[in-house]
Amino acid sequence: MYRYDEFDHRFVRERVGQFRDQVERRLGGELSEAEFKPLRLMNGVYLQLHAYMLRVAIPYGTLSSAQMRRLAEIADTYDKGYAHFTTRQNVQYNWPKLKDMPDLLDDLADVEMHAIQTSGNCIRNVTTDQWAGVAADEVADPRPVCELLRQWSSLHPEFSFLPRKFKIAVTGAPRDRAAVAVHDIGLRMHVNADGARGWEVLAGGGQGRTPMIAITVREFLPEAELLGYLEAVMRVYNLHGRRDNKYKARIKILVHELGADAFRAQVEAEYAKLGSPTVDVEQRELERISAYFAPPVYDELDETCVPFELAKNENREFAWWVKSNVSAHKVSGYAIVNISLKPTGGIPGDATSQQMFVVADLAEQYSHAEIRVTHRQNLVLPDVRLSDLYTLWIELNSAELATANVGLIGDIVACPGLDYCALATARSIPIAQDVSERFEDLKRQHDIGSLTINISGCINACGHHHVGHIGILGLDKKGEEFYQITLGGSSDENASIGTILGPGFAGDQVADAIETIVETYLGLRADDEPFIETYRRVGAKPFKEALYETA
Amino acid sequence: MRLLKNGEFFEDTWLTLDNEEAVPQGADILVSAERLQAEFGTLMLHNGRLGVVVANDRAVDDIADYLEVIDTVVLEFPSFTDGRAYSQARKLRGSLKFRGGLRATGNVLPDQLAFMRQCGFDTFEVNGRFGLDVWQRAVTAMTLTYQGGYVPDRGFAPADVWSARAGNADDTLRSDFEEIWTA
Repeated sequence: MYRYDEFDHRFVRERVGQFRDQVERRLGGELSEAEFKPLRLMNGVYLQLHAYMLRVAIPYGTLSSAQMRRLAEIADTYDKGYAHFTTRQNVQYNWPKLKDMPDLLDDLADVEMHAIQTSGNCIRNVTTDQWAGVAADEVADPRPVCELLRQWSSLHPEFSFLPRKFKIAVTGAPRDRAAVAVHDIGLRMHVNADGARGWEVLAGGGQGRTPMIAITVREFLPEAELLGYLEAVMRVYNLHGRRDNKYKARIKILVHELGADAFRAQVEAEYAKLGSPTVDVEQRELERISAYFAPPVYDELDETCVPFELAKNENREFAWWVKSNVSAHKVSGYAIVNISLKPTGGIPGDATSQQMFVVADLAEQYSHAEIRVTHRQNLVLPDVRLSDLYTLWIELNSAELATANVGLIGDIVACPGLDYCALATARSIPIAQDVSERFEDLKRQHDIGSLTINISGCINACGHHHVGHIGILGLDKKGEEFYQITLGGSSDENASIGTILGPGFAGDQVADAIETIVETYLGLRADDEPFIETYRRVGAKPFKEALYETA
Repeated sequence: MRLLKNGEFFEDTWLTLDNEEAVPQGADILVSAERLQAEFGTLMLHNGRLGVVVANDRAVDDIADYLEVIDTVVLEFPSFTDGRAYSQARKLRGSLKFRGGLRATGNVLPDQLAFMRQCGFDTFEVNGRFGLDVWQRAVTAMTLTYQGGYVPDRGFAPADVWSARAGNADDTLRSDFEEIWTA
């Protein structure tokens, strides 16, 4: 993975020094809260319901064991012994004190991490496929470009005061695990007929109050032109994006109001004027970065591993875990291990410092000391030998990290909701816990099969409910929390926005409603048809009937 | 208001004229883009320096034809979170190749100064709230950038970190900045 050189180190240290000065000015009363706010936000510091919250960037979701250990130490030193992994592949601490933030950031800088631009109206942490570099279906590892984008977007002079926040996602594989179609900019790698690599550039996707699927701005952009082209897209947005209404300020509204053709024409006109005098420098930098992502040295292994097959046959729980949590690796004899942070009744995405230390150790022992964070709030060990899977599973199990539900109904994504968040209108976590407990039976989860549930505690949609196969949105009606249910959302290569089924439900009725939906699906599905395909085949009607007949 | 340029404060001797106001002989004047377009024939004969104020919802391409005789362009930051003028500056210095003075006005704070300079601003209209030391510290707090930036009289240089890595350490814009501001 990428390592900082002297320049990256200096950049991050200077930034911490600058923030230390700003915090001192704030604590000393020289800066008002209004003036301090955008400065702290640019450094990932939010003021939440009960305390300051710090969001730490995990660039494109890749972590080393040393970094994970440091994140665990920070949880122990500055927080209450746990951390929360987010849908942006980042990590959040809910309880650090403002006066401690500069020291905390220095501790992060020691392990080449920072919190730059995890908030604010700027380019946020670039996200990608959690299986980048190891996925069996990949065209190319997208992480070198993600790192290039990280550097390019860090304190960008032109794009630090955009109309609104800006999120970029990148996929190097045809199966989209990075949700590129619901990002401000999405990048999808393709290879053309001549064997050259290029980017499909999407723009104007997003969730929030007005969910939209992105349009394709360019079908195939030569790889070397990427930064120049992004500059053109960003400039059109910075100049013309709406600033009169916070809720209409994302690029999706600009794309929608201009129309796809007019937006494309504006971008192309801007791009034509740019010229690209710095392409050589960018290409050299990309090559330099790419060397850090050279694949590790893999052992030559057989495609099948007999002891592993035997263990699966002998241990049903292990077999379930393999089925849901282990994925195909591009190298024979290896597997990708997905670690669920969704134990039954737990808080989605939370990990204790103890669990984080365990994951760091296991990654070192079994997976080239590398860990990934997923946008579904789970962790990944990308490079595990098939022959190590059983031992690894036992060790994960003893740290309560072996819940066999990745991609299943128990693998719920939820925002922090009203338990923490100042914007929330309803709680998300208790709903996630309720549903998770209702479907505790793993055999039943596996029988239901692939199904995503996403819960947001307000219309800002941080829990990505629009793209959950089942989406749950928490709202407030005259002081009472109630929950709207949507069906049919998806964030993959066939992205779609879920449809609202009907009137909402009280918090204690949500688990029943989900159960009704699931039972209706089981009655309708053909063979192994996954939930989303059944839904697309039959539509919302049977679900509506089942739900509102019994309600 | 006073002006900050090259690390020093100056009194602002420019006169900002509204669209109806008579043009005083010999003064350095700032007019709106509308007035510039409407009265260019007479304004270009004016015997003081000529500058134009471009609102931040207006395309800088509108004044492209006049840039040769314009001494200064003024761009506005109605609030520091409204970042349109960064892109306007970038276009003026980039594709429009404007090499005259570029002034930032409005809510200009020390914490934005480095961004503004990188985009091509060289003059800043500031109030008396912050001393010179605060402004200088703001410019020198971060000594590296990952993006290209404007170098006076030269146009845009590539990202200085990337240039330095490629062995062109002298090519960095930040070293030029520091020279100017600490001279």
